[in-house]
Amino acid sequence: MRINLRNMHDNQEGTIASIKVAGELGRRIRDMGLVPGTEIRIQGRAPLYDPVALRVMGATLTLRNNEADYIEVEVE
Amino acid sequence: MAPTIALAGNPNSGKTTLFNELTGSHQHVGNYPGVTVEKKEGTYVRDGFRLHIVDLPGTYSLTAYSLEEVVARDFLVNQKPEVVINIVDASNLERNLYLAIQFLEMGIPICIALNMIDVAKKRGIKVNAQKLSSLLGIPVTPTIARLGKGKKELMDSASQIAREPNQLIPLKISYGADIDPVLSEMEKEILDSDFLTDTYQARWIALKYLESDEQIISKGQEANPDLSNRLKEMVRKVSQHLLNTLDTYPEAMIADQRYGYIKSILKQGVIHHKYDRNRLYSSDRIDKVLTNRFIGPLIMLAVIAGLYDFTFSYSKVPVGWLERFFGWLGSTLSAVLPAGMVKSLIVSGIIDGVGGVLGFVPLIMLMFFGIAILEDSGYLARVAFMLDRIFRIFGLHGSSVMAFIVSGGIAGGCAVPGVMATRTLKSPRERLATLLTVPFMNCGAKLPVFALLIATFFAKYEAVIMFLITLGAWAGALLVAKLLRVTVIKGEATPFVMELPPYRMPTFKGLAIHTWERTWQYIKKAGTVILGLSVVLWAMMTFPGLPDSKIQEFEKQRQEQISRAPQAVVQQLQAADHAEVQLSSEAGKLRANLQQIDAAEAEAGLRYSIAGRIGGALEGVSKWAGFDWKTNIALVGGFAAKEVVVSTLGTAYSLGAVDPEESGSLSETLARDPGWSPLLAVGLIVFTMFYSPCFVSVICISRESGSWKWGAFAMVFNTVLAFVLAVLIFQIGSAFGILVK
Repeated sequence: MRINLRNMHDNQEGTIASIKVAGELGRRIRDMGLVPGTEIRIQGRAPLYDPVALRVMGATLTLRNNEADYIEVEVE
Repeated sequence: MAPTIALAGNPNSGKTTLFNELTGSHQHVGNYPGVTVEKKEGTYVRDGFRLHIVDLPGTYSLTAYSLEEVVARDFLVNQKPEVVINIVDASNLERNLYLAIQFLEMGIPICIALNMIDVAKKRGIKVNAQKLSSLLGIPVTPTIARLGKGKKELMDSASQIAREPNQLIPLKISYGADIDPVLSEMEKEILDSDFLTDTYQARWIALKYLESDEQIISKGQEANPDLSNRLKEMVRKVSQHLLNTLDTYPEAMIADQRYGYIKSILKQGVIHHKYDRNRLYSSDRIDKVLTNRFIGPLIMLAVIAGLYDFTFSYSKVPVGWLERFFGWLGSTLSAVLPAGMVKSLIVSGIIDGVGGVLGFVPLIMLMFFGIAILEDSGYLARVAFMLDRIFRIFGLHGSSVMAFIVSGGIAGGCAVPGVMATRTLKSPRERLATLLTVPFMNCGAKLPVFALLIATFFAKYEAVIMFLITLGAWAGALLVAKLLRVTVIKGEATPFVMELPPYRMPTFKGLAIHTWERTWQYIKKAGTVILGLSVVLWAMMTFPGLPDSKIQEFEKQRQEQISRAPQAVVQQLQAADHAEVQLSSEAGKLRANLQQIDAAEAEAGLRYSIAGRIGGALEGVSKWAGFDWKTNIALVGGFAAKEVVVSTLGTAYSLGAVDPEESGSLSETLARDPGWSPLLAVGLIVFTMFYSPCFVSVICISRESGSWKWGAFAMVFNTVLAFVLAVLIFQIGSAFGILVK
């Protein structure tokens, strides 16, 4: 099942299916290792539920919900 | 000349630690030409062999995405370092190699420092350095920068490359069946017309066109618009095709293929994971508490309050020493130097000015030390993470909070270190908006002004008013930030995407170097300009001197007082100049009378000076806010440092210079003065909160923003804003009869 990264719940795992954004944000997202095929797990969210923290290749990345909107994830 | 070695790597890969380890105290911090990105250089010495080392800004990539990346790339292309040491975090190899691949694509001679192998080992990650080296075709040296391990071997392989330069063939990766043919075609076109090829490799230029790299495209547009347009057309075609068939973009495709290439290398037995890669480490367990929805913010408040308390209470003692030293220096010189202009210039102009600058030094050192701890340990990134949602509303960034707090978000800070604290912010627009609004916070120098006015007019509500002033400053700063972000600093929010680095114990060496270099930059750069400006301000309040006829008039008044008094009383007073003598009541009275004349002369002198004339001339405008020339002149003086407002008001009200800490008599004078009302006091409090930052802050704003334009903007915009607010308060208040006497 494909869902939006924003809609994933804490500790849920998945594989990035697509990143639909070009330009600065898209480049920045890819520079950090978020590309299709990368496995991620939601580590948690900030006290106000935004930004979200992800576990990617052994590191922790954070991004805002409106940035996460561009990322679709294949989950079980 | 010694060969140049550039250090490059991702943020948090241990690059700075390695740099400090290699250069020790042989380092120098400056800026890259024309930008505010720090440039650190140093010398590595071993067995009489010297290497010039440049620490490039930490980047994840070599696109022209951020200022740091442009700077790093320009340095590599223009300065052509003999070799680049790419520091990669062994515990995070896959993501870190993304940068290494881009160096190889550029055809830059690199060697890899496989750093933090101890951390990797602890995490059950085994990296085969030899295998990696042979697959990439470059030297790979395992290191532990924090302990200096592997340093010698690393420098051996680096200097080996530096000594035997051989033409490196840029790495050619396949970017897929759609991109590859276009890439070759573009490469051929570029080679055929020698398009930018004296600086860059042809294939790399083509790649950058495909990645829509603004910097390269604009250079190409200048060099050969025809070809550039042709290349752009080719890119457009392939982009359209990719969008139609695969719903993706060339730059995304290229990035995917780079990661694919890295994966294929790592799969050949380079890396071995003993555990699940995403299992939780101690750092994540700490995060479970420190970024917890409920406890996290509480701990953050405690940490921020702790930092604040640490900075401002521990700096009190050394700041006191410096103040006493400059006080002593001033009074010693006053005693030695003959009375006159030279003395006044040295004591009131230079010593007060320089003392004012150096007085901040202990504060700045401690503040940077505290922030360095938070930054190096990784906590600052968590603060940004937790607060981003709030600050984003105002067009700022989670990391802005530190600068606001330090500047006086909890009343009593200082905007100078606050402005400098914005360096931890990596987003340019958010950073500019932050550094332009931090001066609205209530710094320690504004407090005596508030204290005076509150004590005079609202003595009963001291705590409430102070609290309202603090809230007002935050509201003002955030709203103005929002205003700036939708007007002069308009633009999309910079992507927040960032890494939460694992918690690490900061090394003392790193903290010390961090703190010292920033402090020294402040002393050096701010010091020279401030010295000049304080002389100018002194001159404005001194020249032109009173005309001789006026001075004689005051002298005549003095003589009258003295001649009227009995001989014995005069003698007693003269004796008191040289030694502590118990004055009789008559002598005391005479002295008080004489002091009153002195003060009246000082008032007349101030009124007559350039500053006084400005104050008088401004009355025409300032009367809308109810400010008379005395207030105006005090506010002009407040540009030097806000606490000067109180002492200048004292002079203007013929009380002599008033000690800001003990302004009791001034308070009584204001309370009696019919021109003053609680309403006027509110207006003045608001004006003081928001008007032009003091000139030390203005200089820091100019330096940190990289342009005098922004310093000037802060002066003009803030003053206009403050004035409008003060006028509104005064006019509305007067119209409705609120708070008037």
